[in-house]
Amino acid sequence: MAAAPVPTPLVRIRDLYKQFRRGPEVVHVLEGLSLDIEAGEFIALMGPSGSGKSTLLNLLGGLDRPTSGSLCVHGLDLGQLSDNALASWRANNVGFIFQMYNLLPVLTAERNVELPLLLTELPGGERLRRARAALRLVGLSDRARHRPGQLSGGQEQRVGIARAIVTDPSLLLCDEPTGDLDRKSGDEVLDLLGALNEQGKTVVMVTHDPHAAERARRLLRLEDGRVVESAL
Amino acid sequence: MILRFLPLLLSNLRRRPLRTAFTLGSIVIAFLMFGLLGALGNAFSAGVEIAGQDRLLVIHKVSLIQPLPESYRARIRRIDGVSAVSSATWFGGVYQDDRNQLPTFPVDDAVYLDIYPEYVITPAGRERWLADRRGAIVGRPFATEYGWKVGDTVPLRSNIWRQADGSDTWEINISEIYDVPATGGDPRNILLHYDYFEETRGRGKGLVHWYIVKVADPARAARVARDIDEQFANSPYETQTSTEKAFAQSFVNQIGDIGAILRGVVAAVFFTMLVVTANTMAQSVRERTAELGVLKTLGFTGRAVTLLVLAESLLLTAMGAVLGMLLAGFAVEALGGTVRQYLPIWEVPPDAWLHAGVMILVTGLLAGAAPAWNAMRLPIVQALRQV
Repeated sequence: MAAAPVPTPLVRIRDLYKQFRRGPEVVHVLEGLSLDIEAGEFIALMGPSGSGKSTLLNLLGGLDRPTSGSLCVHGLDLGQLSDNALASWRANNVGFIFQMYNLLPVLTAERNVELPLLLTELPGGERLRRARAALRLVGLSDRARHRPGQLSGGQEQRVGIARAIVTDPSLLLCDEPTGDLDRKSGDEVLDLLGALNEQGKTVVMVTHDPHAAERARRLLRLEDGRVVESAL
Repeated sequence: MILRFLPLLLSNLRRRPLRTAFTLGSIVIAFLMFGLLGALGNAFSAGVEIAGQDRLLVIHKVSLIQPLPESYRARIRRIDGVSAVSSATWFGGVYQDDRNQLPTFPVDDAVYLDIYPEYVITPAGRERWLADRRGAIVGRPFATEYGWKVGDTVPLRSNIWRQADGSDTWEINISEIYDVPATGGDPRNILLHYDYFEETRGRGKGLVHWYIVKVADPARAARVARDIDEQFANSPYETQTSTEKAFAQSFVNQIGDIGAILRGVVAAVFFTMLVVTANTMAQSVRERTAELGVLKTLGFTGRAVTLLVLAESLLLTAMGAVLGMLLAGFAVEALGGTVRQYLPIWEVPPDAWLHAGVMILVTGLLAGAAPAWNAMRLPIVQALRQV
């Protein structure tokens, strides 16, 4: 009788180290971290400042490279990819949601959402159609022609989410997505992330807010560059 | 492909409207100067470019304004290698107002037209002129400007000559209106009959200002020129003969090396423009460090971000350049009425647009090079910290 196939995790991290040089001093941020993330998980990363949460998120998204160890997503070792291949991988597989939204202030909401699609071969009309569909999904159809400065913080963050999902990535990485929002707007954003997770997106969210972390299905607590607690 | 980024590029230029306007202004001024100075350089060099290789100019050895005897015509004609000779005399035409200076030359009728086939006239017009001793062939710009048509009689005043009765005005009949070929030529002349002029002027009779000599073989032009000058050596009216091209060039050089002066001014203007544009681009990109980080996060490669910065610099330069060149065209036309009295070929030369295209590429790329390089090397994590 053949053995049942062992499911491969979406993210497989083994013995991950990350160091920074700050003048003469070497700062050890991640110290031999190992972790698996299954597809469809909603993970909250918590921990004190300097524990390595944002660094781990950056490494997961291919924004930075590990000092040593391996970080595989979909079986692809990100550390081995060239800069261009990593950029292409980010464009196709990851959606980023930032604490400060990071929208381009000179572009309208729909043009901001369209940005990742500029790297595709889609014609202009199709790009805008998809951008508007993403805005509709986050409930901002009526704000498509508004610039970020004309939106509330919660609306800006929802535009940020629309931009993150417009290419339909499998992995959403959120760096304190509710950190700059009031409770009501924060809840709306968390509802959206929950709904996206329900639809099959894998969500990894860095947060300091226990209320936000409650929405996750798994909580990882980092301290001194290591996972010290993993709770469901 | 680049068109899809156009909204982003234009939005970036609108980010700081005042700064963009000032930078655009410096680029517009630079290309306006480029166009105007190009027109000026062209005006000075055009005579040299269109001068015939088979024509010699014989002037007094001392200067162009010293006259030569009329008797030289027949003596020059007899020199071996000469196929035709015409005299020309500076008339100094003025129409109605001193501001209307019309270069007018009494010349040797049909011979002159044979030497200068570039005057585009009809056979009927040629016949009309040859048949009317008061007749004149006028350039089309004058006909257009003053509403002249064939058959009109107009008074032309000389600020050099007087008639025997003391009058300074000659009544001339418009026999023909001439054009110049597409390859170029001086469209702002008036040709009179030398015989009529000679008969009516009150002084200076028997003297002309210069001779134009057509040589049978351009390869022997230098030899013919030497023979002419030797013919009149040690006479009261020694001559200096040169090809028309050399004469035109030496005439221009009397003012100075116009080309070098213009190149110097243009280089200074463009250097200033380059510094201003480069500074604008550097500031603009520095302010957008976090946004560049976001673009890279979204999947834009370092190369793509570099190209975006360079495209923005090129777009800014191209917008200013096109505006500046168009303004130069308008300015040249606006000044044309006055300037063409002294510099008949007064226009932005067609190849100036080609040169402007090269300048757009060079200055646009240079101005954007440093910020584009920095944008390419910018680490994403570091850029995102700038929020």
